[in-house]
Amino acid sequence: MDATTEEKPAREFPPAAPAAAPAGSKPMLSPLNQRRWENFCANRRGYWSLWIFLFLFFLTLFAEFIANDKPILISYKGEFLTPIFVSYPEEKFGGFLPVTDYRDPFIQEEIKANGWMVWPLIRYSYSTINNELAEPAPARPSWMIDPETRCARYQQGLEDPNCTIGNWNWLGTDDQGRDVVARIIYGFRLSVLFGLILTLFSAVVGVSAGAVQGYFGGWTDLLFQRFIEIWTSIPQLYLLIIIASIITPTFWILLGILLLFSWVGFVGVVRAEFLRARNFEYVNAARALGVSNATIMFRHLLPNAMVATLTFMPFNLNGSITALTSLDFLGFGLPPGSPSLGELLQQGKNNIQAPWLGLTGFFVISLMLSLLIFIGEAVRDGFDPRKTFR
Amino acid sequence: MNQKAPNGSAPSAGEPLLSVKDLSVDFTVSGNTTHAVRKVSFDIGRGETVALVGESGSGKSVTALSVLKLLPYPSASHPSGEIRFKGRELLGAQETELRKVRGNDITMIFQEPMSSLNPLHVIEKQIGEILSIHQGMGEKQARERTLQLLDQVGIRDPETRLRSYPHQLSGGQRQRIMIAMSLANAPDLLIADEPTTALDVTVQAQILRLLKTLQRDQGMAILFITHDLGIVRRFADRVCVMTDGEIVEQGPVEDVFEHPQHAYTKHLLAAEPKGDPPAADPSAPIVVEADDLKVWFPIKRGVLRRTVGHIKAVNGVDIRIRQGQTLGVVGESGSGKTTLGLALLRLISSEGRIVLIGNRIDGKTRKEVLPLRRDMQIVFQDPFGSLSPRLSVAEIVAEGLRIHQPHLSYDERDRVVAKALEEVGLDPATRNRYPHEFSGGQRQRISIARAMVLEPKFVMLDEPTSALDMSVQAQVVDLLRDLQRSHGLTYLFISHDLKVVRALANDVIVMRDGEVVESGPATSIFDSPRTKYTQALMAAAFRIEAIGEGIVRE
Repeated sequence: MDATTEEKPAREFPPAAPAAAPAGSKPMLSPLNQRRWENFCANRRGYWSLWIFLFLFFLTLFAEFIANDKPILISYKGEFLTPIFVSYPEEKFGGFLPVTDYRDPFIQEEIKANGWMVWPLIRYSYSTINNELAEPAPARPSWMIDPETRCARYQQGLEDPNCTIGNWNWLGTDDQGRDVVARIIYGFRLSVLFGLILTLFSAVVGVSAGAVQGYFGGWTDLLFQRFIEIWTSIPQLYLLIIIASIITPTFWILLGILLLFSWVGFVGVVRAEFLRARNFEYVNAARALGVSNATIMFRHLLPNAMVATLTFMPFNLNGSITALTSLDFLGFGLPPGSPSLGELLQQGKNNIQAPWLGLTGFFVISLMLSLLIFIGEAVRDGFDPRKTFR
Repeated sequence: MNQKAPNGSAPSAGEPLLSVKDLSVDFTVSGNTTHAVRKVSFDIGRGETVALVGESGSGKSVTALSVLKLLPYPSASHPSGEIRFKGRELLGAQETELRKVRGNDITMIFQEPMSSLNPLHVIEKQIGEILSIHQGMGEKQARERTLQLLDQVGIRDPETRLRSYPHQLSGGQRQRIMIAMSLANAPDLLIADEPTTALDVTVQAQILRLLKTLQRDQGMAILFITHDLGIVRRFADRVCVMTDGEIVEQGPVEDVFEHPQHAYTKHLLAAEPKGDPPAADPSAPIVVEADDLKVWFPIKRGVLRRTVGHIKAVNGVDIRIRQGQTLGVVGESGSGKTTLGLALLRLISSEGRIVLIGNRIDGKTRKEVLPLRRDMQIVFQDPFGSLSPRLSVAEIVAEGLRIHQPHLSYDERDRVVAKALEEVGLDPATRNRYPHEFSGGQRQRISIARAMVLEPKFVMLDEPTSALDMSVQAQVVDLLRDLQRSHGLTYLFISHDLKVVRALANDVIVMRDGEVVESGPATSIFDSPRTKYTQALMAAAFRIEAIGEGIVRE
């Protein structure tokens, strides 16, 4: 009948896992979750993908400390300043502008004279325009240009203190003279965060909708299913293009619009689980105790559906990221100037003579999506009750 | 069954048909090895019936499956032993050689007739397949032989049944089809793995009689696996008692039953539910009362889903249970027993007056019934399905308290839970464990504790013992009786197991197709049943005899 329940031991055969020694303290993971973690780790590709992804994600979370046009720390006249957290007006350094441009040679000299400053590895933020470009934007990666040409636009040429490795454009610049490395670091973070938030919201909406449908069944289920069928037949892209032409999409508006459609993916799996489990005897027992519907759904049924949901999540995350990237590529996505990977691809398309744009975009996006798919595969293995590894 | 008397001595040919020597089976799952069967030896002679009895987990099915090497290799292995069938070694045989034996010389029938048949194929195809594989029959020949077989196993109107799918047949008919399939090649040995456990007692009696007749006609040997000692006594020539993977005693049935040697056999024989039900007290106040209770499920057809008729699951039942007494509800599966119980507890909608301790509860909304829920509780049949696998025992038992006594603090609640667990005979220290760490009997005690912790007045027991082993059954019956006595509980006891009902109920109603066939004091129903149907039920349950053909189901 149903082979999915891992609780039912096969008739007459010895139990799959003899009840663990009950004495002693409770382990951190329940035996079932331990087994799941082992199955996850047994998929080596997914296991390594997880670590690589976590490493990259952790790194990009601190993008401001890696690629920024502001120093991390300044010691100026015996005072420590942190420009990343506090915006200091230029008056502080003897200027008159409301915002300090730390890349300005005048400011740099002023600070040097009265203290010191620590720059991030890359001295460009995603929106910083490199004014000392050696060649018209999009410029080639700095290491492809000989030193003299590279520093020709600095005031003192090769001798200029700003002609350092920190001001290199490791992967060139885009057609507006912005550093590509800085843009992909910020772009990676933005894409992953967008995907995670969208997936999380979709899961909350989708699981609730699926739960209500599956638990109550009957007319609720019937009407809801028909509604979803109509809803999913709306052409998403056209709707987005129409909305984007009326209002300028921001991060959150875009998230909201994509959420309108992405929650539907979760409904099917959760609804099926609830339909199956709503007549389980322990659910009936809870009803007989007078437990409210909401509590039954939350305490007794949701855990069953979470396995399916968690398995589905990495793939939904990938879909969300792809959706954002494709909207950006078409120009209906994030507001102009945002560090978006889709926009990088679009620039690559428009500037065939600058292959570093297209290639970088392609490699970053494919690496990110592949890592997530591999992790998703391993998660699926981990939750598979029938999976056995030698 | 008196016509042949091998009585354990070596059968006529000198060599037994099947000889199992020192058979062991190990299972290795992720590095852990379990010894499922340890050094088991037994012989089966031609035309003989040997029963393997034991409780669940004793290794009886594993032993039977090893004969045909049907275990999940390579996680299963045989460290020792040999199995000789007609002088041929089976344990070391090649897969191709075994395939000739399976379904041909040795055949099997399983417990679950529902899942043993392929739901996508008609009966004719399923039986015909065996005939064409092993005997190379053509379509026409196979059809003739199939009809003959169906006739042999007592399927009425076999011509039309040929085109039926398994779901169109009843459980008993399906098991008959399975038997027909296993007889198709006239085997020498039939292995029957609990063939009647999933069937009603009346159907069980018919199937057993059929097997006996077929054995007499065809002279085949039967290896019969069961946990039911009553069947063994009626049916088998010799018996092997298994526990913990070992055969602790074997011999002719009369010897083993009359003079059991091993302590476990004695324990097993003594494990029948005993004791007397509470005495009827006509002066006690009525706790539950229902008049003309009806549960009809509409049958909807067509595009507009118009109601064209009703399935009358419960049709006009009157019930009256007094305090401290037990009403037993018996009947075959599908007779509406459970539906009746659920309707009384207002877990499904029904028509007709229901009164619980002076409160009319029919027609009330969910919210209005809620405060009364603590007075009426339920214990389900399946100890594995009725406990949420993701909650600890303490959480499971405390769930009702959170709703009905929300003022209790965490510590107070914990104390009440511990007390309830102690009362049902469980160690309260185990309350933070999860249900999967407990055995079937212990789980059923947890279910009982969950119901009892609210101190209800009325408890509906829906076959609470039928999923349990015999010895555990007896303990649960004793527990239920003790609880009833100390708390003055009122029970509605639903069961198809008449022995258990006799030990617990002082009043009985017999149900069939949603209606009450007979009702009255338990003693009179058990000792002098009036209707033919009840008589057939009693004969099947206590004497494993099939009488009253046409009255009971097939």
